[in-house]
Amino acid sequence: MLDDFMTRATLAGVGVAFAAAPLGCFVVWRRMAYFGDATAHAAILGVALSLTFQMSIFTGALAVALIMALTVTLLTGRGYAMDTLLGVLAHSALAFGLVAVSFLSGVRIDLMAYLFGDILAVSRADLAVIWGGASLVVALIAWRWSQLLTATLNEELAYASGFDPRREQLVLTLSLAVTVAVAIKVVGVLLIAAMLIIPAAAARSLARSPESMALIAAAIGAFSAVAGLRSAYVFDTPAGPSIVCVAAILFACFSLIGWQTRRGP
Amino acid sequence: MPLVSVEGLSIRYGANTVLLHVDMVIEPGEIVTIVGPNGSGKTSLLRAVIGATKPVAGRVVQKPGLKIGYVPQKLHIDPTLPITVERFMRLTNQVSRQRCVDALDSAGVPDLLKRQMSQLSGGQFQRVLLARALINQPDILLLDEATQGLDQRGSAAFYQQIETVRRETGCAILMISHELHVVMSASDRVICLNGHVCCEGSPAVVASAPEYRALFGTGTGGALALYQHHHDHHHDHGENPKEAAE
Repeated sequence: MLDDFMTRATLAGVGVAFAAAPLGCFVVWRRMAYFGDATAHAAILGVALSLTFQMSIFTGALAVALIMALTVTLLTGRGYAMDTLLGVLAHSALAFGLVAVSFLSGVRIDLMAYLFGDILAVSRADLAVIWGGASLVVALIAWRWSQLLTATLNEELAYASGFDPRREQLVLTLSLAVTVAVAIKVVGVLLIAAMLIIPAAAARSLARSPESMALIAAAIGAFSAVAGLRSAYVFDTPAGPSIVCVAAILFACFSLIGWQTRRGP
Repeated sequence: MPLVSVEGLSIRYGANTVLLHVDMVIEPGEIVTIVGPNGSGKTSLLRAVIGATKPVAGRVVQKPGLKIGYVPQKLHIDPTLPITVERFMRLTNQVSRQRCVDALDSAGVPDLLKRQMSQLSGGQFQRVLLARALINQPDILLLDEATQGLDQRGSAAFYQQIETVRRETGCAILMISHELHVVMSASDRVICLNGHVCCEGSPAVVASAPEYRALFGTGTGGALALYQHHHDHHHDHGENPKEAAE
């Protein structure tokens, strides 16, 4: 079954959608959208480094994404506003990454594959990494769910309940780095944030509880992956962007429905 | 053994010393109110009690196994986060649904269980926060200007609720308040803070202390002087001298 490249691509897309859904909800609730973007953009530097030192792309991207996320967490609230800081770090990392890649003479690399993903080239080994990483992220978030939610609502409430909200922030940061690293192959660094935010945002108008929002987001993400790949195959369009397009259309539809219901019959 | 004792606590943010050598002890069952102008370190002191702010000197000792109920100053729930009152109440508390129903009943907001938090009015929201803080039968309840955004009647009812809680459960209460007229009638002890403890004692003693008068003025002017300290946020009561003087 795994011999078929379309099957492997679909499984890869669904795997990323599952990890991105619960994480994406927190990104939306905590207004960390730009933070996800920054971490993802930084990963291209990781790609360049892994090619230089002949490590796996996953390891390099994970390391740089992690360093980026931790740096931002540490620097927040020290002089610059969060969005300024992220703008500086994210785009510098992206620029340095692109420059670093150009130094790699002798290695012929297809930069587009890392910027926009290369889901049709997913190997069995990639699948193992994607599903391993996705399972880790889902397990981590499920384990800390109540604490993460409490810390998201109010950090004093977290302290008063006897746990440290900064540790919960770290759980999210870690999950974000892992998700970015596994999603590079699927949607590329430029569209990872879309996989985090769009399904979660689309799920909002249908959800009545935080848990249902995460589950609906996962369903929307998985459907987008399947339908996006299918349409990429049929219309001969790039796969990663097609997945994001389906998610965006679903977002528009559900938002309209939500808006209509709120306005009443 | 006291529930909480704060010993020689100093807190600094960068070069800015917010609190210097603060001592404070909270005994079981007492209602203690912290008053002080803006920037006097009230919230920092409360944050230090729950362990959210690390002191540069001194320490906070909690009685072993102390259960804290906390009502934050302002809890903003992002509109993208769907959560019902019930889910919110049971988030970190392993309690039955019946306990939630009872807690909401006694907080004066029955029938809210299935409502979305984002649909509550300001008064309902604060009462749900109070109900949530009380659901685990805490030994001490901490309130950080919990009546902000409530009108005069709403906040009077809120403080009445708190007195009832103390009477029925024997829970100690440590609160920050700007509403001096309420503080003076409802507290066992008042701590007047301005970077350090200016004065403390029974409401009557504090009201006549020179340090307190230096900060808040005298007589009915006391409440007014206090309001003049906060120009950094909006409040919909207290501007009217007749009300503030009550």
